[in-house]
Amino acid sequence: MSIISVNLPRTQPAIPIVDKLHQWVITVDHKRLGLMYIFYALSFLVFGGIEATIMRIQLIRPHNDFVSPQVFNQMFTMHGTTMIFFAAMPLVFGFANYLVPLMIGARDMAFPRLNAFSFWLTALGGILLYFSVIGGYGLYGAGNAPDVGWFAYAPLTARTFSPGHSTDFWTLSLLVSGFGSIGTAINIIATVLCMRCPGMTLGRMPLLVWLNLTMAGLVILAVSPLTAAQIMLLVDRYLGGHFFDTQAGGSAVVWMHFFWVFGHPEVYVLVIPAFAFVSEIIPVFSRKAIFGYPVMVAATVAIGFISVSVWAHHMFTVGMTSFGNTFFVLSTMAIAVPTGIKIFNWLATMWGGKIHFRAPMLFCLAFLFQFLTAGLTGIMLSSAPFNWQLSNSYFVVAHFHYVIVGAILFALFGAFYYWFPKASGRMYSERLAKLHFWLFIIGFHLTFDFMHVPGILGMPRRIYTYEPGRGWDAWNLIVTIGVLFQAAGILAFVGNLLWSYFQGKTAGSDPWDAWTLEWSTHSPPPEYNFETVPVVKSRRPLWDIKHPEDPDWKYE
Amino acid sequence: MSTLSTAISHLLHRPSSPTDIFAPVSTPAKSIFDLSLFVLGITGGIFVIVAALLAYSAIRFRKRKSDNGGEPAQVYGSLQVELAWTLTPVLISVVLFLATARVIFQTQHPTPPPGAIEVTVIGHQFWWEYRYPGLKVVTANELHVPVSDPAHPTPTFLNLYSADTDHSWWVPRLAGKTDLIPNHPNSMWIDPHETGLYLGQCAQYCGTQHAKMLLRVYVQSPEDFASWVQEQRQTAQTAPSDGTASEGRKIFESVACINCHTVAGTPANGRFGPDLTHLMSRETIASGVALNTRENLRRWIENPNTLKPGCLMPSMGLNNQQLDAVTAYLVSLR
Amino acid sequence: MYCLIAAEAAIFVILIVAYLFYIGKSLSGPTPAILHVPVLFTVCLLSSSLTIHAAVKALSRGNDRAFGFWLLVTIVLGAIFLVGTAFEWRHLIHDEGLTIQTNLFGTTYYTLVGLHAFHVTVGLLALAAVSIFGFFGRVGKADAPRVDVLSLYWHFVDVVWVVVFTVVYGIGR
Repeated sequence: MSIISVNLPRTQPAIPIVDKLHQWVITVDHKRLGLMYIFYALSFLVFGGIEATIMRIQLIRPHNDFVSPQVFNQMFTMHGTTMIFFAAMPLVFGFANYLVPLMIGARDMAFPRLNAFSFWLTALGGILLYFSVIGGYGLYGAGNAPDVGWFAYAPLTARTFSPGHSTDFWTLSLLVSGFGSIGTAINIIATVLCMRCPGMTLGRMPLLVWLNLTMAGLVILAVSPLTAAQIMLLVDRYLGGHFFDTQAGGSAVVWMHFFWVFGHPEVYVLVIPAFAFVSEIIPVFSRKAIFGYPVMVAATVAIGFISVSVWAHHMFTVGMTSFGNTFFVLSTMAIAVPTGIKIFNWLATMWGGKIHFRAPMLFCLAFLFQFLTAGLTGIMLSSAPFNWQLSNSYFVVAHFHYVIVGAILFALFGAFYYWFPKASGRMYSERLAKLHFWLFIIGFHLTFDFMHVPGILGMPRRIYTYEPGRGWDAWNLIVTIGVLFQAAGILAFVGNLLWSYFQGKTAGSDPWDAWTLEWSTHSPPPEYNFETVPVVKSRRPLWDIKHPEDPDWKYE
Repeated sequence: MSTLSTAISHLLHRPSSPTDIFAPVSTPAKSIFDLSLFVLGITGGIFVIVAALLAYSAIRFRKRKSDNGGEPAQVYGSLQVELAWTLTPVLISVVLFLATARVIFQTQHPTPPPGAIEVTVIGHQFWWEYRYPGLKVVTANELHVPVSDPAHPTPTFLNLYSADTDHSWWVPRLAGKTDLIPNHPNSMWIDPHETGLYLGQCAQYCGTQHAKMLLRVYVQSPEDFASWVQEQRQTAQTAPSDGTASEGRKIFESVACINCHTVAGTPANGRFGPDLTHLMSRETIASGVALNTRENLRRWIENPNTLKPGCLMPSMGLNNQQLDAVTAYLVSLR
Repeated sequence: MYCLIAAEAAIFVILIVAYLFYIGKSLSGPTPAILHVPVLFTVCLLSSSLTIHAAVKALSRGNDRAFGFWLLVTIVLGAIFLVGTAFEWRHLIHDEGLTIQTNLFGTTYYTLVGLHAFHVTVGLLALAAVSIFGFFGRVGKADAPRVDVLSLYWHFVDVVWVVVFTVVYGIGR
């Protein structure tokens, strides 16, 4: 196996644009599907960002009237639903699709057609959700997107309190895309378990592959409860059922339990791939192997297992018994341990290394600080009595955005820059990338650091306006200003992707001098991925090739 | 510990925020505050140490320009180090857990002592109903409770119900929030040590006007509370034979108002909307949305959606004369 | 297929939890006492697991005719189960007045049993497709592993029925 840097000459005549589009629509190639997931997700990231901007403008001062309460309530529902299901999840699945077969030396995923089917189901889900804007026909006649919050608590979602179809669009779009998610998860598991190249035992897989395997397992266990709960909700709304009908003895709390049994593992589905990116990027840019590979795997699997037992920490204020509350405090604090260990392992990887501050590493460094902070505010929230004050306030909003934006999105940006040369064959502009980084990090901290304060000062979430004289005004103003910087950062990011795709320098197959299999093939990889099936002897096959005097397999 | 936290509480207490969770005046809020200082201390310490290590490693181990280009020593792991940084977080978690568990059991579900007041709180879209079964008082939106002397506590126990969707009762300076969920009764308690007005609002999204379901808790001296109770127990003052007010009463009782509202001692006994028997004893209307003035009342009755768009009270389509009359009647309900 | 089974199992677990939680909580209307234990139909469904196993074994030995025969028996047994469910429901709706709207018992019962019956239906359609292909001689020894995978789904459906049966007709009554 050799590492060559080759631009394949164009030997075929130019293909008309219609046929090119057709090829993309019918493709079953994991790389193309991965890219389609990613472009789809980026579009919805922008929609979600617009929804957030509308909310922040409305909240820039008390008693503002930029939008009506009906519209605002739709905004936070759509923002949450869009960002989680149609931005973050497709991004995660897109990267998994693209990278997993390449990193295990396989030719494609185990079930390419299922892969395509899953993508189109997810895509349909997103379109269905946004169709509600014109088709929702609710009581208020105000655009009629769902307005029940992204977790759609009963009995607000009952026919009585949500007439019209907006809630049904929420339910159906997630039901449909949920099937797509399960399909992708099945694919990932089958691929990782069955299609690794010769010599790649489970103990020699890159950490990214391990983490995506764990993520897929969680999807299988977590998405199904949401599907079941939504079936019950549809039975209530359409067949006159009483699952969540409190007037007939049904229970609103049961919905909460079922939703959060999904909802909590779901956030681990999002964050574990972020760990994966960071676990690949930090070693390469510190020029050292990841510290403690076996423990990293064990910690991840532990996080996966424990994550299905913590869900009711979202329900501390619901009136569970003291024993119930105490159990969930314990399980939530327990999950902090393997999570903290990972931070130490990343730190130890950097320790004694030679750190290169290129864009991927900058984003990963920011990730480390921000994920640390997010984890610590999470520990604060895990203490149930403290939670009785902080829950459903802007402190919680700040905490989870710290994780989702500060950790997950930053890691994703790092991943974009790291693998962009591989996927496109071109180098991105380092200057634009650094501009993106600084704009975005300033905006992020302006918004989400200061957002903790109104929470501490008693500001609940999901309110379309607030009272003056509670000490919240100045903080809300600062939070809104941060949005400008973040938007500018995103513009720099998108601009960089576009410009670099057309004008960037040729990247070659291994611009980072990295060690995993995807860097051994061309940039972009040919449809068949590898010319010959790779054979590996260690966790870093390319390190072995580049350092024949000191290969990894001597130490593993 | 508690003198320290009182000191910190005074330091942190910013009078400009009436809803600051770090300015407790009642035992549940205080227990939470004490615990939170402990948690913040530990998490703050962890942050300082780990962030410092991260910053140090980023700076110390950066690639220098003068570097010769070789790879650094590859270190794959270290059992001792990994054991150490596994055990330490486990110990910290155990300590935090025990401290937390103690406060949970201390705060939840104590038995009401003999001097306790019991209030039934019913959450509605988008207002609060308060009934004092022991004192035979029914009111809405503004809760009155007696101040509680720590030596002889007279706490108030709130039994929380909902008439429709989920709500949450959150007055930060008095206690952590507890949800009001239909078909799932909850209870909480407060024992405010200082008189005054304490603010909060609904903290569980309940529909369009969730943001305007404000909470006002008046903590009064025992004498003031007793006289408030006395006033609230009276039936409605009969409207004087002054033309406008009694005309207003006739309109009130013939248009659909009585289907939703109660005025004790009259045919009005609806329970969908707030009890209006002593409407003028309240400082605000529409659950804290506007001051209780004649002008605001008139605007409200004319079209509630101008003050609270999306609330559930319909506009009854009264003409100006009728509006004046009904307002005059309501203003007479002291 | 194991992953798919895990995902489907999770859906059923949630519905079973809901069913168990709501036992005895109906405010009015018929109670589970009105249920007749569907012994015959259960036996049919459970023995269809045996027959499909026989079918797969026959196919893996190259005995196409035995395969076709046992597969048909499996389908018939599954169909009997569905028909039995239909009759049971007809009785419940017309004679006992229990619909999905009646009360919590009705809602949880019909949803749980109905979702299972839906999975049986999907399974039967898949088996029927294989049967038709087999009738035209398109299914041979080499396909045995694939049919085995399909039979896993069918076994899963049977296991779910064992659990649902125990919860609804055992514990719930």
